Amino acid sequence: MELFRVKNDIPFMKYRKISAIVSILTFLLAVFFLLNKGLNYGIDFTGGTIIEVTYEDKADLDLIRSELNSINLNEIQVQNFGNEKDVLIRLPLDKNNTIAEISEKVSTQLSLSGERFEIKRVESVGGQVGEELFENGALAILFVCIGIILYLSLRFEWRFALAAVIANMHDVIIILGFFAFFQWEFNLTVLAAVLAVLGYSVNESVVVFDRVRENFRKMRRSSVAEVMNNAITRTMSRTIMTHLSTQTVVISMLIFGGEILHNFSLALTIGILFGIYSSIMVGCPMALWLGTNHSNLAGPQEIKKNTNEI
Amino acid sequence: MNHYSRWKNSVILIIILLGFFFALPNIFGESPALQVMPIKSGDKIDPIIMSQAESILKENNIATTGLVAEDTYIKFKLSNNEDQLLGKTLLEEKLGPNFIVALNLLPNSPKWLESIGAQPMYLGLDLRGGVHFLMQVDLTKVESKESSSRLSEIRTNLRENNIRYSNIEIQEDGIIINFPNEKDLKIAKNLITQKNTDFEFSRKLNLSSQLDDLKTKEVIDDSSFILKVSLSEKNKEDTVSFAVKQNLETLNNRINELGVAEPIIQQQGENRIVVQLPGVQDTAKAKDIIGRTALLEMRLVDEDAPQSQIDEAINGKVPVNRDLFYDRNENPLLLKKDIILTGENINNAGPGVDNQTGQSIVSLTLDSKGANIFKKVTRDNIGKRIAILLIEKNSTEIITAPVIKSEIGGGRVQITGMKNAQEATDVSLLLRAGSLAAPMEIIEERTVGPSMGKENIERGVQSTLWGFVAVIILISVYYMLFGIFSSIALSINLVLLIALLSTLQATLTLPGIAAMALTVGMAIDSNVLINERIRDEIRNGNTPQASIHIGYEKAWGTILDSNITTLIAGLALFMFGTGPIKGFAVVHVLGILTSMFSAIIVSRALVNIYYGSKRKIEKLNIGEIYKVNN
Repeated sequence: MELFRVKNDIPFMKYRKISAIVSILTFLLAVFFLLNKGLNYGIDFTGGTIIEVTYEDKADLDLIRSELNSINLNEIQVQNFGNEKDVLIRLPLDKNNTIAEISEKVSTQLSLSGERFEIKRVESVGGQVGEELFENGALAILFVCIGIILYLSLRFEWRFALAAVIANMHDVIIILGFFAFFQWEFNLTVLAAVLAVLGYSVNESVVVFDRVRENFRKMRRSSVAEVMNNAITRTMSRTIMTHLSTQTVVISMLIFGGEILHNFSLALTIGILFGIYSSIMVGCPMALWLGTNHSNLAGPQEIKKNTNEI
Repeated sequence: MNHYSRWKNSVILIIILLGFFFALPNIFGESPALQVMPIKSGDKIDPIIMSQAESILKENNIATTGLVAEDTYIKFKLSNNEDQLLGKTLLEEKLGPNFIVALNLLPNSPKWLESIGAQPMYLGLDLRGGVHFLMQVDLTKVESKESSSRLSEIRTNLRENNIRYSNIEIQEDGIIINFPNEKDLKIAKNLITQKNTDFEFSRKLNLSSQLDDLKTKEVIDDSSFILKVSLSEKNKEDTVSFAVKQNLETLNNRINELGVAEPIIQQQGENRIVVQLPGVQDTAKAKDIIGRTALLEMRLVDEDAPQSQIDEAINGKVPVNRDLFYDRNENPLLLKKDIILTGENINNAGPGVDNQTGQSIVSLTLDSKGANIFKKVTRDNIGKRIAILLIEKNSTEIITAPVIKSEIGGGRVQITGMKNAQEATDVSLLLRAGSLAAPMEIIEERTVGPSMGKENIERGVQSTLWGFVAVIILISVYYMLFGIFSSIALSINLVLLIALLSTLQATLTLPGIAAMALTVGMAIDSNVLINERIRDEIRNGNTPQASIHIGYEKAWGTILDSNITTLIAGLALFMFGTGPIKGFAVVHVLGILTSMFSAIIVSRALVNIYYGSKRKIEKLNIGEIYKVNN
């Protein structure tokens, strides 16, 4: 089986103006949603308490609400998730109660009702911890970008490095844009997914750039755009197969992973889909626009010729 | 050309076999177990206890399927959970209060696996159930406590040397002492800076007290002679690190008494402590015991204070050097600021019952220093009341304030006034385990119930399994025989990753399992790159053997670059991540490393074995290849 039976190279670079407009638009749209709606931060970042309870029979949400309202805590949210027995209780930080007290008060109050239930999960995060987790996340993104720029500058050239990181950030901003638009909860696990996408997406750009570099040596007479078109077309099959396998696994996580891995898998899905687009239609045009050409890559990086040694 | 030397093949085979053996214990799972240990953590356990415990279990028809005996603990492997619970009750009852019996798990792997050191992966709390607390030591309290203890030292010192002062108090920038004249101030200054080494507190805090320990500053004008005494930076740092250390030790003792197998108690950063208690379900109890500061203080009641002064104190005008507290009947009492004794001078504490009144009591045994002080104070203050204060995080309460009837020597003290037997037990536990040097607040709490843990394992395993199966089908259909080679390499990758995680005993969490699943999806990238390259070379008109050779060689550079960039991201996750992110990062990074080995070397070995020995190959079984005309 072979999916890509392309006779001639697809002239991707011809469409780079259109794709630039599309990229900038999606990027701006994502930024707009981020600024306008903001991310729906989970308690990992805002501080607060989540309690997951499973009742033996159908849970009476109104009863739970009124019971919990009697203990005077702020803005308690009670909702079902998954099925009608599982209840998720969310509480924000409270000046008058420490997080340890809040979870204790809630579980004591719930047990007064006489209904049979099990507390499956409690997560309480203080405000200060939330801020630190946020800072660390931002630091991690910064560190990854710098690390990647340095490595790619060494292995390739600064133009490629910069292009790869821009393509990368494009993906990350779009994931965040989606999370802002749909107001999906953004927690630590999602942040892990976003950071994984950083690594994954740059992977994509590297594979294409690797081909571009190789083509610069082989296709001495072709234009830069032609070289890139050929590189993208020739790696197309690999791009699709790799993404298909990764996406397959992510879908498996979406189906079987349950509540905790749900948003994690969503972030990965968006990252993977836009990763394909950005490595082709953001990374290469960006490298082209930054002025990459044959002479940039001739020299020390040249891999020893091995084609005809056999 | 496409041939690995015999030694190379052997090394690959040995690595795979090792991986297989070290991953194996994960298949056998774990059995319920009971862990018996002495109440004082670190104490050795007597072999007699082992045979005693064994016979207790045997007499009650509880079959043990295994035994692990170490210096400080014994573990009995049992066949089911009912036996485990029954056994716990029996052993606790029969072995007495000097031993802790905790529920635990032991791997079911056969003996020979254990003997090569193979263990199952270490599961995180989200997979095995339990409680995680992150606690922060209150630094302002540490410093103010330190200042007030210095204040009372200075005051005693001045008094003993007959130096007059008109006022001494703690202000924001330190201890302020007013003197009537410059001469007294100078003498006092010399005394404070020089006699510093002899001070009680420096010994108490085990600090190497130096002259720069306290900083003094004179403020002298026409009418006032003020000496400001403040703690040096080094002193503040030492105080904090000492407080955190003592809290760690205290937590260790307390948690040991809770009977938790394999707790984790670690310092994090300057002033934080992580506590993880696997398998603990009663979070309320755990929180109570861990979080309680329960400082014990003994102070004299100011018997000379007239009622009017007490009334004023209630309205907020507390006299200097006095504190106002209430006893359990809401009666206000003015106490002297000097602390006679604290919990630090207690050697042992136990609950009991007063023979005469039948009330619950706590009996204390003081250390020699405490006994001496107590003897002296009781001798000098017969007829006066001594208040015993229990200081919890936000409240200070006088438990009891008995009248001193006679001198009490020997260091044995009974505290009456306990609400009930439970309180007496809890208070003695807290006093025995040592007090916290400073109050702590829980700033993060994560609890996972046991059923949730099992569910999470199930979810993780299903995600990985089905993702794996789908990828294998996809790759095998697309690349035919080469797809099957890739799939075998992918399976070996998974085995090696599990083996590595088991050997390193890295904590596996649900995000970690997600990373494992993701590794499956991403590791195949290397094989896709290789297979596509081989197809390319065939398209270019190379012979099958040459195509394999060039394909692998050309793909290598790309694979290296793309994996290193992914590795950079993984390392950043590991360095800056906490909790779920770190759990993800560990598996992610290890997965990238194992995939480099399996995807490149193992798959090549397979291809070499299959094709390398053949002289002439008509066609590679790598799926249909479309010829390009350019």
